[in-house]
Amino acid sequence: MWVYEKKLQYPVRVDTCNPALAAMILEQFGGADGELSAGIRYLTQRWHMPTNQAKGILTDIGTEELAHWEIIGTIVWKLVKDAKPEQIKGTPFEAHFVNHGKSPFPHNAAGYAWTATFIQSKEDPIADLHEDMAAEQKARATYEHLIRISDDPGVTDALRFLREREVVHFQRFGETLNIVQEYMDKKKYY
Amino acid sequence: MDCKQLALLKEIMEISFCLVETNLYLDTHPTDERALRIHNTFAKKYDELTNRYRMKYGPLMPTSMSKCPWQWIESPWPWEIDYSKCD
Repeated sequence: MWVYEKKLQYPVRVDTCNPALAAMILEQFGGADGELSAGIRYLTQRWHMPTNQAKGILTDIGTEELAHWEIIGTIVWKLVKDAKPEQIKGTPFEAHFVNHGKSPFPHNAAGYAWTATFIQSKEDPIADLHEDMAAEQKARATYEHLIRISDDPGVTDALRFLREREVVHFQRFGETLNIVQEYMDKKKYY
Repeated sequence: MDCKQLALLKEIMEISFCLVETNLYLDTHPTDERALRIHNTFAKKYDELTNRYRMKYGPLMPTSMSKCPWQWIESPWPWEIDYSKCD
């Protein structure tokens, strides 16, 4: 189960009213390598993990990803909440606005809705942990693209924090893969 | 939310993040006694700070006891707070 804590993991500062940037940030809200995909992917892969370390890391990183999803939603909301329709018209956020208003919605920057086909679970710990390591690297790359286009210093600061978390998660998944591989070698399990 | 409340909330957010780091590290290094000592120090600090926050400003979690009316829904939600207003 989960219990909500009434706080963000990182204090999000947003300095501009910026619908164009909000539309791009949505890549990490509902894109293939975004935070929602990450959370659902890891929490879905837990059941068949063979070691307690692997069950723990997927539970805890999966939970942290949901906190990151909340940070991304907060960035998007703060970037658009004060925008007047004329400030939205002509920006890449306009198509989002006509469907969802200013509410964040899980689709990617190009408007493609989130789908479970973005993730995988194979009941094969080696395959799944490799997917997870790749997912962290792809999310890191996306954050770097976003940092390059961000023209809001507060948003850039939060994006840098989230990028660093991808690096830490990659490290932890790598350690988990080693632990699981060693365990399976001992069991002579194919 | 006044500056004193925000400062305490941000202190809790910091210590809570430290706990996320020790949590993930310990998942893959469960016998690292130095990391465990650090984790336990953070955990104690976290309990102290969240208790102080709850007494002064109300609950951060819905499992806390509440005065009337229900305090959980009274304080601002995390996405409504201006975290830089007192910097």
